[in-house]
Amino acid sequence: MGGKVRGRIVPAALIGAAVALPFLATTYYLQFASKILLMGLLAMALNLVVGFGGLVSLCHAAFFGLAGYMLAIAAPQYEAGSIWLTLPAAVGAAALAALAIGALSLRTRGIYFIMVTLAFGEMLFFLFHDTKLAGGSDGTFIYYKPEVAIGTLRLLDLEKASAFYWVVLGFTLAGIALLAMIVRSPFGHALAAARVNERRARSLGFPIYCIRLAAFAMSGALAGVSGYFAAAQFGYVAPQMLGWHMSATALAMVVLGGMRTVTGPLLGAAILMGLEEVLRATTEHWKLVEGLIIIGLVLAFPEGVRQLFPIIFKPHAFRIPRRAREPAVPAREAGHA
Amino acid sequence: MPEVALRAEGLEKRFGGLRAVAEVSLDVHVGEIHAVIGPNGAGKSTLINLLSGELTPSAGSIFLGERAVGTLGVHHRALAGIGRSYQKTTIFLPFTVLENVRLAAQARAAGGLRIFGSPDRDGALNGRARAALETVGLAARAEVAAGLLSHGEQRQLEIAMVLATEPKTVLLDEPLAGMGASEAKAMIELIRSLKIGRAVLIVEHDMDAVFSLADRLTVMADGRVIASGAPEEVRRHPAVRSAYLGEEGGVS
Repeated sequence: MGGKVRGRIVPAALIGAAVALPFLATTYYLQFASKILLMGLLAMALNLVVGFGGLVSLCHAAFFGLAGYMLAIAAPQYEAGSIWLTLPAAVGAAALAALAIGALSLRTRGIYFIMVTLAFGEMLFFLFHDTKLAGGSDGTFIYYKPEVAIGTLRLLDLEKASAFYWVVLGFTLAGIALLAMIVRSPFGHALAAARVNERRARSLGFPIYCIRLAAFAMSGALAGVSGYFAAAQFGYVAPQMLGWHMSATALAMVVLGGMRTVTGPLLGAAILMGLEEVLRATTEHWKLVEGLIIIGLVLAFPEGVRQLFPIIFKPHAFRIPRRAREPAVPAREAGHA
Repeated sequence: MPEVALRAEGLEKRFGGLRAVAEVSLDVHVGEIHAVIGPNGAGKSTLINLLSGELTPSAGSIFLGERAVGTLGVHHRALAGIGRSYQKTTIFLPFTVLENVRLAAQARAAGGLRIFGSPDRDGALNGRARAALETVGLAARAEVAAGLLSHGEQRQLEIAMVLATEPKTVLLDEPLAGMGASEAKAMIELIRSLKIGRAVLIVEHDMDAVFSLADRLTVMADGRVIASGAPEEVRRHPAVRSAYLGEEGGVS
């Protein structure tokens, strides 16, 4: 009982601190925090297929970027677009793209799946890079942040860094709740079962292809939510947003934070971007130092930095809380599978 | 007239020029154990993979009851009522024993793929899973990771998983492979109990076990059926003696 209450204190405190951040931080750091949350959301979305589904996708930036481009295209150029129209359009486009790409690439396995998703991601990249669509290789500006209004009543002014941050925080928390629900659900257990032993899962009667495709589409849609707000925050979209480099960065966040938990990748995003922020200010060769630190972290915590949390906050229990975990004993043993 | 659960007619599987299975017809009745034996390379594993849907037949048809299932994929065939075990134990090693069996129950359950709720707290699923564990004698090991079980226990777990999918037909591919004598003895009794209300097809090399278990025998050689019938008939069959059992018929 005591452990259960303590297990909820830490997340509650973290959420409380996150909500209070606009009263404590400058606009610069607020925007930085929004960026971490958005990259974290992208990485958490990606982790549904990578960590829980065992499918390493290298095209999630395409869903992220596509949603950003949808905001740029769907919103009028010289006034703010309504969030009620542009957000569903952006997320819908990302989900449809994920459905189509997933339907084709999920027919392959392992390294071939990685290559096929990479190829599809690059196709979308070149679609925006090599055509006149939305500014071609230069990209295009989004001058106004989406409007949150009912009729003429404006509910929130997203131009304000604090309001924007709270909305992003809200979507990130909702994303965490959604992913936690999926991972714990019968669907999530079947997805994990297919990762551990595809043959057995299939011969028990699970429709593996459909399960994976559904996970891929949900993951793509959530990546789209992230991309939509990222485009709104940066104020422009460019083809780089869809490129494999972006996909690989999200993948690094997943690996760094931990693949077997929902929130691990968010932590990975915070570490990666925090490192970048600190190192860039101190040394010219920050990428080299960053790379070495990441290699060190991955070697020290092969299951992700997130694995430290239960040890730090619950020294007595010394185990990952049940609710944040999929139906599994330590991932170490997955090696046999 | 016994109820035919599984029937194969003129089954054939070609791999390039090789006919791994040719003109195989057999049926399995509810309430009986039908053993398929034959020397290595006779096509027994290919046959089981054809029946479970992992391979698509080059010719011939497969019926579950009245339903033609020859073209259905593995998961559809599982849902149609076929459960199988593999020659090499095929379970979810990092998951607990209970989770393994619960996944099996979940595969057949209504709402088995919903994205809300938790199987941990699903009374019906847990009930079915625990009942299956009870049947195979693994109830006490429910919370142990499957990867930590002994080889024999893992084979029991695989049977429990098959049972939890509530199949009408059970296909067992060498269920005694790699087992010690006492483990094998327990497994033989478990297999014997499976035929109650189900049809069981078993491929096995342990002849003592086969003759103690089987109600009917089909003998394969070079992809073909060379004899079929009650164990005593098959044992006396001259082609079987020369092809498989050895000249002296050294089977007790």
